[in-house]
Amino acid sequence: MAVVAFVVLAFVAVASGVAVFTVDSMARATFALALSFVAVGGELLLLDLGYLGVVTVLMMVMEMALMAVFMVMFMMNPAGLMPMSMLHNRRGSLAVSVGVFVVLAAGSVFVPWPTRRGEPPADPTRALGEAIMGSKMLVMMAVSAVLFATMVAALVLATARGRYDRADSPERP
Amino acid sequence: MTLPMFLLLASALFSVGLYGALSQQAVVMVMMGLELMINGVTVAAAALWWFLAPQQPDGQVLVLVVIAAMTVEMAMGFAVVTLLFRSSDADMTDMAGELRG
Amino acid sequence: MTTGAWWGVLPAAGVLLGVALAAAALAGLLDPAGGSTLARRAGRPVWETARLLRQRRRGVVAADTLLWRLGLAGPLVVALLMVVVVPLGDRVAADLPVGVVWFNAMDVLLWAAVWLAGWGSNSAYGLVGGYRFLAQALGYELPLMFALTAPAVAAGSLRIADVVAAQRELWFVVWMPVAFLVFLGAVLAFSMSGPFAYPDGRDVAGGVLTEPSGVDRLILLAGRYALLAAGAATAVALFLGGGSGPLLPAWLWSLVKTLAVVAALVALRGRVPVLRADRVMRVAWLGALPATLAQVLAVAMLAVGRG
Repeated sequence: MAVVAFVVLAFVAVASGVAVFTVDSMARATFALALSFVAVGGELLLLDLGYLGVVTVLMMVMEMALMAVFMVMFMMNPAGLMPMSMLHNRRGSLAVSVGVFVVLAAGSVFVPWPTRRGEPPADPTRALGEAIMGSKMLVMMAVSAVLFATMVAALVLATARGRYDRADSPERP
Repeated sequence: MTLPMFLLLASALFSVGLYGALSQQAVVMVMMGLELMINGVTVAAAALWWFLAPQQPDGQVLVLVVIAAMTVEMAMGFAVVTLLFRSSDADMTDMAGELRG
Repeated sequence: MTTGAWWGVLPAAGVLLGVALAAAALAGLLDPAGGSTLARRAGRPVWETARLLRQRRRGVVAADTLLWRLGLAGPLVVALLMVVVVPLGDRVAADLPVGVVWFNAMDVLLWAAVWLAGWGSNSAYGLVGGYRFLAQALGYELPLMFALTAPAVAAGSLRIADVVAAQRELWFVVWMPVAFLVFLGAVLAFSMSGPFAYPDGRDVAGGVLTEPSGVDRLILLAGRYALLAAGAATAVALFLGGGSGPLLPAWLWSLVKTLAVVAALVALRGRVPVLRADRVMRVAWLGALPATLAQVLAVAMLAVGRG
């Protein structure tokens, strides 16, 4: 039963991943990627990672909804009504990615993986919470500093207006 | 379910994403490729946690860090694309050559 | 708390649709334009359903039908997925250990659904509506997340059943009123009604509601009321003690409280002006977000103090 669910979700994840780069419509490409993320969230649920699976769906659907805005903004042909090719070095990238896949797949099949040490915790979510509030707290503190720096840096880069020059201020012409 | 199955899925997602990141011209599509590659990393990290060392929480923490990395990539990517478009009207990787030596 | 088999979803869906219908009937009753007699007004959702079921669907040139249908069905499906984790009395269809996060993830699915409903119709007004929803969602989502955090912190669990059980002595609304109000505001926002009826506003000819007709329109409208009902049911479970109450059985108390919250939301909806998305953003990020953060801090300190 779990294997069937795994195979179906894996197929959906990879097929929609391929669809991202083959469909013409940018909206379809974006939400194909979102579907791929949802399928991966399902795979995490199969590994008993309830919290991480649901959070993956949450974060990624949100990101893809915003991604759609930027796709429509920056692509010449967002609805794909006039199909055009926006690719470069197709053959080279195909060769590189097939090569990488072969190497990675060979590694995942032929490497003698060690046997499992220990049993999974009764509640993985609790284990994760205690880890990031205990032994792994430094990691999350570093991540939070990085996220804060990202927020400031992204705003500084993207906005053309200053702090007091708001979109709806009366002084704006 | 076995570990190689999950790692095969992760490699497939990673490779498809790599193809996209290498072959697409538009910056936003390159970002989509990067996202798909990180998606593969998520699967691999979760599977390694479950099948090798489920007692230590390191694998789960790695997945959280990967998700955070993905949001950082998105936010900075959009900011840079917006800046690039505003300053030089460029939305293609080939048009942005300021850092070419 | 008992979890049934998969068909436990069916009663949840039935109750959801029933509460949504009650909300629509009350909305009709409160709208003087709906008809001359009270009975005619209250029966409006039924007549409207019959009319839309018979109406022939309009098509738009080059509409992205696949994405459009996905977006139109989105709100109804999301509302259903929300209520499967919410207990009715002491029964719950799917007792997820991460129910609170699940609710949050489902409401994020609406970002995609409403944008797709606007985009897929290939109409300028529809697309404006979709973009408006995203702009508004950026405002309400973070306050909503922290409002959901408060009951989870107080109960020490992400399982909604545990949150309900933690309120046996004192309902959470008493010691986290800010989170409760912000949550209700977010329910209005994600069901696109009241001050947040901006994505489907009259100033853009109905926004995401411009193009859908016939069954499509019926499903989208039903989805909006179902979201209102699902949000109210969750508010009851997280803040109003779930099924606790004297005399009546637990499931009836859950239902009565849910209906009361829905009625309050519907009554409020028509009495407040619609806010523009940038104003929502200012209220949300400068008012609601700091207030909910302070609320979570207070709740966390109390939770630590109690041990």
